[in-house]
Amino acid sequence: MQWDIVIGLEIHVQLATRTKIFSGSSTAYGAEPNTQANAVDLAMPGTLPVPNEQAFRYAVMFGLAVNAEIERRSVFERKNYFYPDLPKGYQTTQLARPIVGPGYVDIQLENGESKRVRIHHAHLEEDAGKSLHEDFHGMTGVDLNRAGTPLIEVVTEPDMTNAEEAVAFAKKLHGIVTSLGICDGDMSQGSMRFDVNISLKPKGSDTLGTRTETKNLNSFRFMEQAIHHEVERQMDILEDGGEIVQETRLYNGDRDESRSMRTKEEANDYRYFPCPDLLPVVLDEAFIDEARNSLPELPDARKARFMDQYGLNDYDAGLLAADARLAAFFEETAQHGEDAKLSANWILGEFSARLNAEERSVNDSPVSGIQLGALVTRIADNTISSAGAKKVFEALWEGDGSDVDTIIDAKGLKQVSDTGELEKMVDEVLAGMPDQVAQYQSEEDPKKRKKMLGGFMGPLMKASKGQGNPKLFNEILQKKLDA
Amino acid sequence: MHNKSVAELSRALEQGTVSSVELTRQFLDRIRCEDGKYNSFITVTEDQALADARAADEQRANGNATPWTGVPFAHKDIFCTRGVRTTCGSKMLENFVPPYDATVTANFRKAGAVCLGKTNMDEFAMGSSNESSYFGPVTNPWGAKRVPGGSSGGSAAAVAARLVPAATATDTGGSIRQPAALCGVTGLKPTYGRVSRYGMIAFASSLDQGGTMARTAEDNALMLNVMAGFDPKDSTCVDRGVPDYTATLDEPLKGLKIGLPKEYFSEQLSPAMEQQVRDAVKEYEKLGATVKEVSLPHANLAIAAYYVIAPAEASANLSRFDGVRYGYRCEDPKDLMDLYTRTRAEGFGNEVERRILVGTYALSAGYFDAYYLKAQKVRRLIQQDFINAFREVDVLMSPTSPSPAFVQGEKSTDPVTMYLEDVFTIAVNLAGVPAMSVPAGFIDGLPVGLQIIGDYFSEARLLNAAHQFQQVTDWHQREPN
Repeated sequence: MQWDIVIGLEIHVQLATRTKIFSGSSTAYGAEPNTQANAVDLAMPGTLPVPNEQAFRYAVMFGLAVNAEIERRSVFERKNYFYPDLPKGYQTTQLARPIVGPGYVDIQLENGESKRVRIHHAHLEEDAGKSLHEDFHGMTGVDLNRAGTPLIEVVTEPDMTNAEEAVAFAKKLHGIVTSLGICDGDMSQGSMRFDVNISLKPKGSDTLGTRTETKNLNSFRFMEQAIHHEVERQMDILEDGGEIVQETRLYNGDRDESRSMRTKEEANDYRYFPCPDLLPVVLDEAFIDEARNSLPELPDARKARFMDQYGLNDYDAGLLAADARLAAFFEETAQHGEDAKLSANWILGEFSARLNAEERSVNDSPVSGIQLGALVTRIADNTISSAGAKKVFEALWEGDGSDVDTIIDAKGLKQVSDTGELEKMVDEVLAGMPDQVAQYQSEEDPKKRKKMLGGFMGPLMKASKGQGNPKLFNEILQKKLDA
Repeated sequence: MHNKSVAELSRALEQGTVSSVELTRQFLDRIRCEDGKYNSFITVTEDQALADARAADEQRANGNATPWTGVPFAHKDIFCTRGVRTTCGSKMLENFVPPYDATVTANFRKAGAVCLGKTNMDEFAMGSSNESSYFGPVTNPWGAKRVPGGSSGGSAAAVAARLVPAATATDTGGSIRQPAALCGVTGLKPTYGRVSRYGMIAFASSLDQGGTMARTAEDNALMLNVMAGFDPKDSTCVDRGVPDYTATLDEPLKGLKIGLPKEYFSEQLSPAMEQQVRDAVKEYEKLGATVKEVSLPHANLAIAAYYVIAPAEASANLSRFDGVRYGYRCEDPKDLMDLYTRTRAEGFGNEVERRILVGTYALSAGYFDAYYLKAQKVRRLIQQDFINAFREVDVLMSPTSPSPAFVQGEKSTDPVTMYLEDVFTIAVNLAGVPAMSVPAGFIDGLPVGLQIIGDYFSEARLLNAAHQFQQVTDWHQREPN
């Protein structure tokens, strides 16, 4: 049987405010447990929440960036449940009147097509603390540093039909919030967390199937794997004539396994009601205008500019523009390098591969855009070959603090571009390969000739001890052989 | 000295006829000797009070005193006091010592007042008789075995018994006015948002309001001068100028328009009580006021709406008492669920448990619309009743409670009878308007209170009306023997 996959996402985005949403504690990540929790965060008796204006500004900026309606009057509610890392016994969140109404985001698929994903709403809420189950010998540790960190929860319509679309949307959203500067985008620290709702229905059917929710995925890769895993799990059940149980599931990315966390019947009755400690949030037009005027360049606009300003192709421009930090790194490189396209190739190739391999973010790159720009310049002006450039890049990555030219000199990577000297080498090599020369010259097919040309390059590079400029070698070879 | 008002004590301190240390010692002695009969204090902070008194005397000597510098008083044990345990009348917080001051507490500290201790109250302010306190019931100084009212019963009894000249209190559904009436003292519940709730342990956040209790209206005005004002720590607190509430006390009442809500003078009101209230209103007519009947058409719905909204909010407000971070924790919990259930079952008393259950039920899926939502609609109708009434008159007057102080145990077995104690006071909290209770006579030797209700932020007018009444009557000066 053929199935349609229906996917909707809920994304928790931690807002990069300096202090918490309802208290003056710092939101900085990584401090000693419970050192960033004051009386309000600990829900001491008599303490009261005071809203952080910056969180509202960020939420409004987000709403404007995703083409959404901004609700002039939103209401905080209490979501009641008991858990040790939830100090008040309720989470302050929004339900009936969220601050951001319906909107949409257009995503680009690999086949070049564009697709619109609708956003149902986005609401403001506070994060819970963390329960630590390891290292406490059968007990649980509670760290309330994170309790009260502002979040926006973005809820999409079930508009995605496969993992590729879901990941493309997630990446697009990541690019938007990091470009806005409202989230640091650091997924490994939980700054963005994804819940995926998935259901299957017979191909072409109008009736939605029963859905499951897979919670707390904190990387694009895990999200993609979790979707494949859950689609297969559901498909197996349905094709065996079984029924999907509406439930919340947890996915273990390291083992590619999932398990049920709770079924619908076990779900809490959260007893939402408007929080009487907080008045309804009323936004005036001036506040919204101010947020609108403070919107920075967003990925779509940046992509268009990269194509226009740097002559990049659609695909490269899209990749570089999607992530604010990568985009900034590219611009720094391009401004310090001779060749923007070459800069783009290096960033999307060698540089990104290295970051991924070491699971680093752009911000912790040991190589700066200025250094990479200098390197690109030396490739563009033929000082070094791309093979030599990789060696320089390696040295920079490993922390060689000297500048690019010094490294090139120290490693003897400067290529020989003196045509006289190169011609001499070509003559010598050709003289030693008469058979191949004859074979080349008798070949009619230009494609085959081109291929055969490559056969001379190895010995040439060897003769030049790797320092001959391959581009020039190529030109000289052709000139001599075709003459 | 113990019979003197805050205003009189302040003048005596100013004139140097007595020092704060002397005053503080006298009142502490009275508490030590007399409070065994009343149980109006949960905690007496003798050492701290004497240290504060010495500091106050120094401040007076240095010439930078406020009217409160060196004047003894007490806090209801619902206001957090840094370094002094704050129990809220509950086993749950028996040993809880807050590391912070409530804004109200900090304001009195700043004014130089000397706090003698923390007064008894119904557990988490839930009750109308002070019988739900974990620290034992309070006895009304006007009659052995009589309740002082609640939930601010300790504050009312302490003021009536002259153990302190004034005490802070809170009012969610009548918790200042009803005990003030039953103990023959003067109490004011300000407009919702007039006094910061920060550090005041929450019962029902949209109804709770800190207020004042003393023997005279003038002393209530002096207290409100310290308590009222905007607080950035409470986002429901209103940013609005605070007048000097003593400045308008002496204004004549000529032309004051008094409304008598006919719903509060129904046949259910006892003839004796009605007589007391009508006599008090006659005094106002003599002072130049005019009287007319008005209507609060939805008054009969107030108790029903209140007993949905208040428990609903309480059910969430009291979730934080879970045994995890502070307060009572059960012995040897075997797992998380056991920790929660036993901590809360053992730490909360019956009335608190009942209200948490009622509130949880009212908010549950399938019942929310029928209870919580409907109650909120009723609340808006009640607010509108008051807005309409205040288009016609300046103040409303009624009895504060249906009857004088009842006997301990008489109503504690039947919650609904107990809830009816607040039949005249609850609508005021739902609307958020200010109201006072002023001593207005006696029935069988037990004090009776006149309730005066005003429009939003009309505290100055209420205090003026009460003060003028107290210039021509002496009910508030009567002393229990």
